[in-house]
Amino acid sequence: MTRKGRRLALIAAALGVAAIALGLALYALTDNIVFFLSPSEVVAKNIQPGARLRIGGLVLPGSVTRSADETIDFAITDGKNQIEVSYRGLTPDLFREGQGVVAEGALDAPGRLRADTILAKHDERYMPREVVEELKKEGRWQEGAKP
Amino acid sequence: MTVEIGHFALILALTLALVQTVVPFVGARRGDPALMGVGAAAAMAQFVFVAVAFAALARAHLTSDFSVVNVAENSHSALPAIYKFSGVWGNHEGSMLLWVLILSAFGALAAAFGRGLPARLGADALAAQGLIGAAFLAFILFTSNPFERLWPAPFEGGDLNPVLQDPGLAIHPPLLYLGYVGFSIVFSFAAAALIEGRVDAAWARFARPFALVAWCFLTLGVAMGSYWAYYTLGWGGFWFWDPVENASLMPWLAGTAFIHSAAVTEKRDALKVWTIFLAIVAFSFSLIGAFLVRSGVLTSVHAFASDPRRGVFILAILAFFIAGSLALFAWRAPPLKQGGLFAPISREGALALNNLLLTSACATVLFGTLYPLALEQISGEKITVGAPFFNATAGLLMLAACFFTPFGFSLAWKRGDLLGVAQRLAAAIAGGFVVLVALIAVFRGGPVLAPIAAGLAAFVMLGALSEVVARVWRRGVSFAAARARGLPLSFWGGAAAHFGVGVTLLGLAGVGFGAETIATMKVGEAQKVGPYTVVLETVGARNGPNYRDAVAAMTIRSGGEFVAAIEPARRQFSARETTTTQAGIATLDFGQVYVSIGDPAADGAVPARLYWKPLATLIWLGACVMALGGLLSLADRRLRFGAPARAKAPAAAAGAGARPQ
Repeated sequence: MTRKGRRLALIAAALGVAAIALGLALYALTDNIVFFLSPSEVVAKNIQPGARLRIGGLVLPGSVTRSADETIDFAITDGKNQIEVSYRGLTPDLFREGQGVVAEGALDAPGRLRADTILAKHDERYMPREVVEELKKEGRWQEGAKP
Repeated sequence: MTVEIGHFALILALTLALVQTVVPFVGARRGDPALMGVGAAAAMAQFVFVAVAFAALARAHLTSDFSVVNVAENSHSALPAIYKFSGVWGNHEGSMLLWVLILSAFGALAAAFGRGLPARLGADALAAQGLIGAAFLAFILFTSNPFERLWPAPFEGGDLNPVLQDPGLAIHPPLLYLGYVGFSIVFSFAAAALIEGRVDAAWARFARPFALVAWCFLTLGVAMGSYWAYYTLGWGGFWFWDPVENASLMPWLAGTAFIHSAAVTEKRDALKVWTIFLAIVAFSFSLIGAFLVRSGVLTSVHAFASDPRRGVFILAILAFFIAGSLALFAWRAPPLKQGGLFAPISREGALALNNLLLTSACATVLFGTLYPLALEQISGEKITVGAPFFNATAGLLMLAACFFTPFGFSLAWKRGDLLGVAQRLAAAIAGGFVVLVALIAVFRGGPVLAPIAAGLAAFVMLGALSEVVARVWRRGVSFAAARARGLPLSFWGGAAAHFGVGVTLLGLAGVGFGAETIATMKVGEAQKVGPYTVVLETVGARNGPNYRDAVAAMTIRSGGEFVAAIEPARRQFSARETTTTQAGIATLDFGQVYVSIGDPAADGAVPARLYWKPLATLIWLGACVMALGGLLSLADRRLRFGAPARAKAPAAAAGAGARPQ
């Protein structure tokens, strides 16, 4: 193979792999992205059942009910609106009423989320950033105060 | 008092780092050996002073000196000594100090072993290393001073985050930092080579050992982090494609690409510009990792209480080094003497393909990690790019890289014979197919991807073995032992590392055949999970030094026979009023039964999540085998630091070894 041919082979291989990577990335992007919304946004945007979402806010005090088959029902609130969440499994160590939480799953009816993942904060100083921003927007966040 | 000494030592270290940056660089320009020699002395002195600072902070933590803010906020007098010590880096300030300690240690190492280097190259490399050190020391002193005092001193500390009260904290961050920061030396060498305008096989021989050291530690650090997350978070997952995990995977991918392309530069004097580029990229990813983790832009367990000033400072460091090095690259790389080109079907051709796949995988991980951040800045929309995206992009590209590994490892340099290699790998290919077909037949209607991954894993492992067999048995059984001794250690290292890749892949495939159950268990109740039955025997409480456990004692049985006992627990820490999950894990052969529990109810019923994870341990054992391979390669005398001349060519060495004594 000539020098030119070898260089072409190398460039072709590089472009080929890059194109495959790009193609895979674009394809994967079309259906693997999950939007993060606050309960008010879910209501405002009138999200239809079936869509995968992440919803962040505070666990509404008094809303948590646990049933025998390890299903837990609670509501996520941002102070204005709330979304009912149903989740089967063990909740994170720091899941508590009134605390920040993020639930990921799909809406099975308007205003009701069937969650497959629950994220809570990792220590008392920490809160999911998205939740902090939502609370700031709602004017319910005091800088430096322990949540 | 020691705390002030530590603070002062850190200031001196910063001064020394600046000296290390300026003096050798000027010396190299003037050709003055005395000035150039200052670099090595400054690097070693800098290491000593950072070590003094680190020791001072460690002493404050071990003696629970709560007049130091860092100790008061992150330690507690009731902590066991091991957590008092590992708590030194269980917080932002201390972890940055550990980072700088390792950075200066690598600088001292390069100074000590760099005597065989061309003087100007060595001086420039130490100057670059000094600049990195100066940037991070300034970052610590100006934004994250661990030696700040608190008056009046509180009687008790705020305790170490319970999630971090784990042996994992003693092991994972140091290993990971050794990996991250190890690439700084390779980066400095690359910058020096660009300044000098010369890259050759000798350069690759100097840079590669450092890259191998960094790579071994990074491999172990990533694996250790994965295992820690697996046993501590109680979800049974070992990889979440969390941005922080991605931040450690990207330098690993770039570093893996580097050690392969540096081999081509060393052996064939080709891919030189590319190798330099990868050296820059690998450390740039380490810096991006530091930024993502320490600036608070991400939501993660690794994000300590964040301060916007820090984020901006790290971003400035990041921008300076990445933009600076890429500018240097754009300016100085084109005049570099281009190396030879090579035939597509050859060892070097295969290594180039490996590089393409690894860097594309790395690029997709980078894209998936940064896209949500960029989108939020641009449109305000918040999205999550999760596991499905990464599996479909980086995952597939890495599987492809695994597929080509045995071919590349068996191909000869210069001009390979693909047909011959295929014949040599026939047994491995057949083995992979047998595994694939057998698994599909046994688990009909089961997972699809797992049997493919398992078949591929078998192919990769058998491929590494068959290359060993082919090399050792080339002249018959009677010569096998002599030939095995004669093969260079770097060959054994390569074989081991590639075998390790197969082992890890097999572990990942095993996960696809696992089982999972969620149940509320009463005492005496049994639950089936996979081939085992888990019985809840008793529920009780137990006191630790600074916590209280609610323990569920369980036994694991197989066909009525007792196999193992586990004690999953909920651990309540009094100081921070937080609870953590202590999973109960029993390793059975290479698989694991994994149980995590929720808070026991008043009537003694325990909510439990039970998993059977076949072959799970192989995921991490494979990483250990990979690191062992790196270590073997490192021991090869060809790669010894400052080796005066190239040792005998491998073929000649092998021939000499095979000769009857």
